[in-house]
Amino acid sequence: MHGRVKIKSTAQQEEEKRKEKEKKLKAFVSARDAVLKKRSAGEHDEEALQLTRQLLSSNPDFATLWNYRREVLLHLETLREKDEVQKLYESELHFIEACLKVNPKSYGCWHHRTWVNTRLPQPDWTRELGLCDRCLSLDERNFHCWDYRRVVVKASGVSVEQELQFTDRLIGSNFSNYSSWHYRSTLLPQLHPQPAPDSAPITSPSPTTSPQFHSHRVCEEQLLKEYELSHNAFFTDPNDQSAWFYYRWLLGRAEREEMISCVYVSREGERVSVAFSKPVHAQSEGLMLVLDGQPQQVEWRSTHPRLRHSPVWLCDLPPGSISDMSNEHNLTIHWTEKHTHRDCALYTGCAESWCRDSATNLELFRSELSVEKSSVLQAELQSCNQLLELEPQNKWCLLTIILLMRALDPLGHEKETLAHFQTLKEVDPMRSTYYSDLCSKFLIENTILKMEYAEVRVFSLSNKNLTTLCHLDQLLFVTHINLSSNQLLRLPPHFAMLQCLEVLEADDNAIENLEGLYHLPKLEEVSLRNNQICKLSDLESLASCTKLTRLDLRGNPVHRTAHIESELSQLLPRVTALSL
Amino acid sequence: WQWLLVTMLSVCVHFPGLTESVIAAACSRVGQSVLHLDRRNYYAGNWASFTFNGLLSWIEEYKQKVQITESEQVWRSLIDEGEDVVPLSSVDSSISNLEVFCYARLALILLTTNTNEEHEVSEPEEEQHTSDISEPSQSQEEKDSQPISSPADPPVEVEKKITYQKLVKEGRRFNIDLVSKLMYSRGALVDLLIKSNVSRYAEFKNIGHILTCRNGKVEQVPCSRADVFASKQLTVVEKRMLMKFLTFCLDFEQHPEEYQDYTEKPFREFLKNKKLTENLQDFVLHSIAMVTQQTLTEEGLKATQHFLRCLGRYGNTPFLFPLYGLGEIPQCFCRMCAVFGGIYCLRHSVQCLVVDKASNKVKAVIDTRGQKISCSHFVVEDSYIRDEQRQSTAYRQISRAVLITDRSVLPSESDQQISLVTIPPLESSAPAVRMVELCSSSMTCMPGTYLVHLTCSSSGTAQEDLAPVVSELFHVSTIPGEEPSEVLWVMYFNMRDTSALDSSSYSLPSNVHVCTGPDGSLGSDCSIKLAESVFHHILPDEEFCPPAPNPEDIIYDGDGPQAEGPGFDESVNTEAEEEGAAHEKNPSTEPAEMDSVADTTPSSEE
Repeated sequence: MHGRVKIKSTAQQEEEKRKEKEKKLKAFVSARDAVLKKRSAGEHDEEALQLTRQLLSSNPDFATLWNYRREVLLHLETLREKDEVQKLYESELHFIEACLKVNPKSYGCWHHRTWVNTRLPQPDWTRELGLCDRCLSLDERNFHCWDYRRVVVKASGVSVEQELQFTDRLIGSNFSNYSSWHYRSTLLPQLHPQPAPDSAPITSPSPTTSPQFHSHRVCEEQLLKEYELSHNAFFTDPNDQSAWFYYRWLLGRAEREEMISCVYVSREGERVSVAFSKPVHAQSEGLMLVLDGQPQQVEWRSTHPRLRHSPVWLCDLPPGSISDMSNEHNLTIHWTEKHTHRDCALYTGCAESWCRDSATNLELFRSELSVEKSSVLQAELQSCNQLLELEPQNKWCLLTIILLMRALDPLGHEKETLAHFQTLKEVDPMRSTYYSDLCSKFLIENTILKMEYAEVRVFSLSNKNLTTLCHLDQLLFVTHINLSSNQLLRLPPHFAMLQCLEVLEADDNAIENLEGLYHLPKLEEVSLRNNQICKLSDLESLASCTKLTRLDLRGNPVHRTAHIESELSQLLPRVTALSL
Repeated sequence: WQWLLVTMLSVCVHFPGLTESVIAAACSRVGQSVLHLDRRNYYAGNWASFTFNGLLSWIEEYKQKVQITESEQVWRSLIDEGEDVVPLSSVDSSISNLEVFCYARLALILLTTNTNEEHEVSEPEEEQHTSDISEPSQSQEEKDSQPISSPADPPVEVEKKITYQKLVKEGRRFNIDLVSKLMYSRGALVDLLIKSNVSRYAEFKNIGHILTCRNGKVEQVPCSRADVFASKQLTVVEKRMLMKFLTFCLDFEQHPEEYQDYTEKPFREFLKNKKLTENLQDFVLHSIAMVTQQTLTEEGLKATQHFLRCLGRYGNTPFLFPLYGLGEIPQCFCRMCAVFGGIYCLRHSVQCLVVDKASNKVKAVIDTRGQKISCSHFVVEDSYIRDEQRQSTAYRQISRAVLITDRSVLPSESDQQISLVTIPPLESSAPAVRMVELCSSSMTCMPGTYLVHLTCSSSGTAQEDLAPVVSELFHVSTIPGEEPSEVLWVMYFNMRDTSALDSSSYSLPSNVHVCTGPDGSLGSDCSIKLAESVFHHILPDEEFCPPAPNPEDIIYDGDGPQAEGPGFDESVNTEAEEEGAAHEKNPSTEPAEMDSVADTTPSSEE
């Protein structure tokens, strides 16, 4: 052990560190007190700048000090010449830079920097952009810097092209950074907008569905380049979600046009049902009902009190206005806010009538994907299938393939889609419920399409592992529905949209909640064998369905309730055929 | 001069290459007294970096083959009874086949109109410079016939070119390594630099480009995720296959079923089996694993894994390069050795070892000045060993070329990138050539030039091995000096690669530790591992290069632990008191001035 260099022990070093810390803290506290005292005394001098500078350079997150600093600067500004002001604020920028090195995610620093640039007589935006670039190269996900960069870009008028090149660079260095992909998605529509369509596309035959100019779409030529970019990313790393999300955005279609998709009128009950393309709040949408040229005062209500926004709204016409079968009536619903309307004629001898766009015409269910040329989608499906061959377990790829198939031909690809869903649930068990719900949605869509093609009012979807119900607004006319042998847990409030429903079969599910069986004016027969209805109170909503006469509750825990039969006959006096 | 002070020496290190420097630093660090001798006037032997002018002198020296006359009489009298003598070689024969060609024009611009270039105009026409450095075989007639002396040359073109005079004038900006290596970000050298805190003595630059040359075209090797994504040469399916393969390599040991049928087969076959396209096979074999056609699968997988694990630590490529050249690294370790009391002596060599006949151990050395210096261990580089002491002389050769060019092989947005280019062999029997192109910001060449190192294992002379590659990658004029040539200056030489030798290859006492010279591989792991094993041989119970303390944590005399109050470990306390006296010559926080040690060593008897 001879001749060795002696070094301080850890304890010794720590003691030194502790003392150092103590000293620092003392200095900080006394400086802070001095600054706060100066501020309350309203002193706006150089010394204040000096003191806050010392404090902020060790703790840049002290917002009060930044505020004080701004007060001082504003005061000093009034005392100085223009070029001196420039110098003052330039040195402020240098100071903030030093603070950012202490904490690159300091809210106070970035906010102060934005403010200083608004006060600076000649802001140097190039330098600021450079600063952002440096910051982002150190931490490409620093959202403070992203925010500040947007301010700088806006103020300095950097061209969209340059910004797109900037995202090229960032994506090139790390394509897992979704910030850059997202930024790209905001730039592309500005730089390469989709040209306004000069003729109505084939997909919208109805005059009421004239296509809008979709400003957030990108022209096809550029889109093809972007598809390629995403391919490169997800072939390189198919488990990285950024590129997949971007790809979905590229394939995504414009939002559906807002319109009245259906008007239904029934002489019995003198009721009008109106369906919209999206959930609305009818009372505040400026709806007007015109019957035979006469505007009517009606009260709009949603199908269920729990639905404040609903795609289906009802109203009762004045008594006697359409009840005579021998009269012909013309009904128009105006949606004044959206400048759209829909007519419906009720002919002599008809008990009911409707006017609507068929789900098959509107391609309603082409998932969220685009209505671009199907050749493009076909090519994309091919690419994804190519990847799936290499990566049969990749969930992103599977899901994207499902969406593409739905966009291309939902019924034709139904079998493959179901198989892919099965794989998805196996490879990604954490999200198996999500996949089940999504699969249910697609199955319902397919069944609706089949029903539309067959032009029937019977909806049958039994033994398909349904876990959820959706698109119920599309089932406005259905009279018979069979949901037996699925995995449904409830009949949700939306179920009340099935205004024409007469017979419901939902045996062999796990339904415990019947909220949606509410004011269904034509419902006569309900079969709920082997479900999970436990309490009498769960059946209360059935009392509002005035035509209900047949109810089958066999195999439900509710039969164990004491005096169940008498309680039920009290609750549902009109039910004549009750099976328990 | 007498060396009484160092007669108690523990370790004597001779010829400090990288391995020797690391051993010296490690020994010094744990308190051994170390004497470092070198017959040369520069550090690091074949690991050295030279300025351009320094390199020219080195070339001269090589040509003159300076012989150091041995004076046997001087040391004969110093040998006592019971002692034997093992003489060391005084001639370094590790370098051979040195050839130099100059393509840079001499300054002869007489008609220039550009005022910026005026300083060049004023330079005298020095035609004879060529003969100073061009290869000896070149005849005078050839030189005379060169068109360079014709003043009728179009000056416009000439102006842009860097002249030979300019290279000499700016020679100090060059740091030309004899060995060309890069540092794997997770290699043994980087780990050691970090662990020992020696890294503080150097700065590093990330290698920017990994390139390869296929069908005469230089292109980027997609090796990182970002590269694969951005690659324009690969199809999307290739991208997937490559990424899949690389991901597998990262933890290939976890999936033995994937490669166990191929353990006895070449890596190339395994790549084929993995359905990699020809393209990808080349990338992986030559540029990522950097192995040969014959390398077996497991070794290839290991090499690929090593490459991949190094990615991302300091950037998008797996390599670092020390600013001012590779020669910095041995110097950094020398510096640490000096900080902890090591003594350095240049232009000073050991003539022979004094071996105690009874124990067959070296007990002293006799230097060129006839001094007998006791030591308990002697570390020496292979080139000092005479053939009589060798059991085997089976060593290989490395072919090297050093080029100064005026443009990059792959011009890109930034001209300040260091590039590694792997050039697959043209015929499968020939060795793959590795090329490192250094930019001026690596502090190894003057602005406007690139310093290019080519390395391969020799099959012929360096020129035979590498000249075809040089002419494939660069435009070289057939007559030296004719415009325009990208290559301004070329040097070819062969260096002996003794890395395959081990202690069984020599018949030497057990406390003589022979270190092999630089090996041909890209990393330095081989040298560092050797250093560690020699260190453990010398000092089996000591830690290898523990972190050097921060200067502020070192206790000096008068800054005793007593003043620090409680909490200070008792045992350290006593030790400090005992050794207080020994710290008269404490290592200063500023590293010792290494060259001046010989002059400043006190108590030398006059």
